[in-house]
Amino acid sequence: MSATQSLRASRLAKAVAIGLFAGLAATTAQANISDNEVRIGYLDDLSGPYSDLAGPGGYEAIRMAVEDFDNKVGDKKIVLFQADHKNNADLGANTAREWIDRRGVDLIAGLNASPVAIAVSRLVEEKNRFAIVSTAAAASLTNEYCTPNHIHYVYDTYSVSNGAAKAIVANGGKTWYLLSADYAFGHAMEEQVSKAVAENGGQVLGKARHPFPTSDFSSYVLQAQASGAQIVGLASAGSDLVNAISTAQQFGLMDAGQTMASLMVFITDIKSIGLQTAQGTQFVSGWYWDMNDESRAWAKRYHERTGNMPTMVQAGMYSSTTQYLKAVEATGSDDPKAVREHMIKTPINDMFAKDGRVREDGRMVHDMYLMQVKAPADSTSEWDLFETKSVIPGDEAFLPLSESKCKLVNN
Amino acid sequence: MTTILGVPLVALFGQLLLGLINGAFYALLSLGLAVIFGLLRIINFAHGAQYMLGAFGALLFLQYLNIDYWVALALVPLTVGAIGILIERFLLRRIAHLDHLYGLLLTFGLAMIIEGSFVNFFGVSGANYPIPEALQGGFKLDFMFLPTYRAWVLVAGLGMCLFTWFMIEKTRLGAYLRAGTEKPQLMQAFGVNMPLLTTLTYGFGVALAGFAGVLAAPIYSVSPAMGSNLLIVVFAVVVIGGMGSIMGAILTGLAMGVIEGLTKVFWPESASTVIFFVMVLVLLVRPNGLFGKEV
Repeated sequence: MSATQSLRASRLAKAVAIGLFAGLAATTAQANISDNEVRIGYLDDLSGPYSDLAGPGGYEAIRMAVEDFDNKVGDKKIVLFQADHKNNADLGANTAREWIDRRGVDLIAGLNASPVAIAVSRLVEEKNRFAIVSTAAAASLTNEYCTPNHIHYVYDTYSVSNGAAKAIVANGGKTWYLLSADYAFGHAMEEQVSKAVAENGGQVLGKARHPFPTSDFSSYVLQAQASGAQIVGLASAGSDLVNAISTAQQFGLMDAGQTMASLMVFITDIKSIGLQTAQGTQFVSGWYWDMNDESRAWAKRYHERTGNMPTMVQAGMYSSTTQYLKAVEATGSDDPKAVREHMIKTPINDMFAKDGRVREDGRMVHDMYLMQVKAPADSTSEWDLFETKSVIPGDEAFLPLSESKCKLVNN
Repeated sequence: MTTILGVPLVALFGQLLLGLINGAFYALLSLGLAVIFGLLRIINFAHGAQYMLGAFGALLFLQYLNIDYWVALALVPLTVGAIGILIERFLLRRIAHLDHLYGLLLTFGLAMIIEGSFVNFFGVSGANYPIPEALQGGFKLDFMFLPTYRAWVLVAGLGMCLFTWFMIEKTRLGAYLRAGTEKPQLMQAFGVNMPLLTTLTYGFGVALAGFAGVLAAPIYSVSPAMGSNLLIVVFAVVVIGGMGSIMGAILTGLAMGVIEGLTKVFWPESASTVIFFVMVLVLLVRPNGLFGKEV
């Protein structure tokens, strides 16, 4: 045998070996858990402006889900990591990359701030891992930026703004003034609300965009008052929202008959503003602790551990982690495609959602709720803050699949 | 109706008034910075945190000791000022002989520690401080509804500014202070206790921040980040006004409040930038600031 021949033969042998090995690897990946552990990384804002609505509380919620599984799926241990991405897309993506490459993390959860969530969802697609976005709001996560490797669980900009605008116009709030935060989130909300108001026969009389963050809203409140609109729609979050509502109250905006409609509200915001100031504010939420026995029971457990009531995002983190672990258990695999397929097939019925379902674009569709902040006299306990005005069925609440821009949907 | 660039004149009156109210905060805070810089030559980056301490002080006094707003208005600045005195006595004095940069770094670090611990204990959402009963409601003016509390902020803020100006420019103690700013060694030789004067000056500057914090508590959400959001703007105000001029700090504070207020009407998106734009212009034309002396 000549040298070239022997080289060819050895190449052939190598190719066969690689082929065999790859085939073997593929089958083991399907039936097995990588690294013999289910590794979950919680990546969110742990110290910044959103750390109350997600933050350390979100980690606690995920830990509760893991503990309910007795820290293992079958005989495979569940390992939990957490990191602060400080709402910075670079930091978030680098942390996620490090987790995937060096620690073999299978699921990345939490993910506040849309730019971070988008960066990480691209990364999990490239590396073939899984992500569940609970905190970030951008509807583009299941449209332009949808991937076969992540799902978007709790809510999105479409469901909170569209739902609120529709319901409020239907209740007679025909004229609007819009005040939004001057960055991607605010712009998206402003556009969606304007569209929804116009489609339902209302009219937007004026709008202003405030810098992020802003501490003094009096000037904008004055402009909103001058517009004479029935509804003042607010597309701001966190401390901006708190300041805007307090200022509106001080300047007698509500007393003069105008109604505030906040497009994105978390229970922690209202707790901070206080019922006296926030009463009457309407908004759309994906979950509230006082909805049914299951939600109350879970919220009570959470409260015992943290001293706070969970936000919809934190509840969603518990629910989504549980669903993920169930899917891993059922398929016996942490392969993202298999897990996602199982999650799409399985309806969600738990403390978070009834008949919730994950669509092929990754959107978890469930009922949303039009809420109103209670008056102080109607509140019976420290966390008794909202009442449900109406239920928005999941299919109306979220962008219909037929309008989806997701590459996984044939439109 | 008379309009300017499509905005009704009456609406502008409202915005001017609001600008003055915000300006009162800028004036109070930049005044404290100017006083501290004048004598200690320290750029007090902890000023925002001390302002936040004032607001939290009012809130905690109310929640745990049931001390009402009016008492807090006197007690909290004293407490925050006392904390300032401890900071000067035990930390700043040790680095007084070093370059100013060290003072900046030290106060910056302190600010981060204070804010970080407050985030840890109180979360970032903050809490709401009720408006005192006597100041609830408002006046119905021709051009706007003016909440009584905002009017009070304007009166109290300007009152405190003028009091400070009077103390520094018109009293013997103020004369020592001004002289100490120029020639500390000479003052020491004349028998003035300069270390004590320095400590008290820092304490007073910090107390001013605490006072502004109490004033702010009922209108802004009391949260750990409230100071750092404001501080950068206040530094810009100080640069525009010029370091070391008391009246300059007051007038610039008010003027910047008004300019920012008007920007919110004509071009809302740039409201947070306009003050820095003015700062750049001033630095180009008068590097020592509008009212500053040669440094």
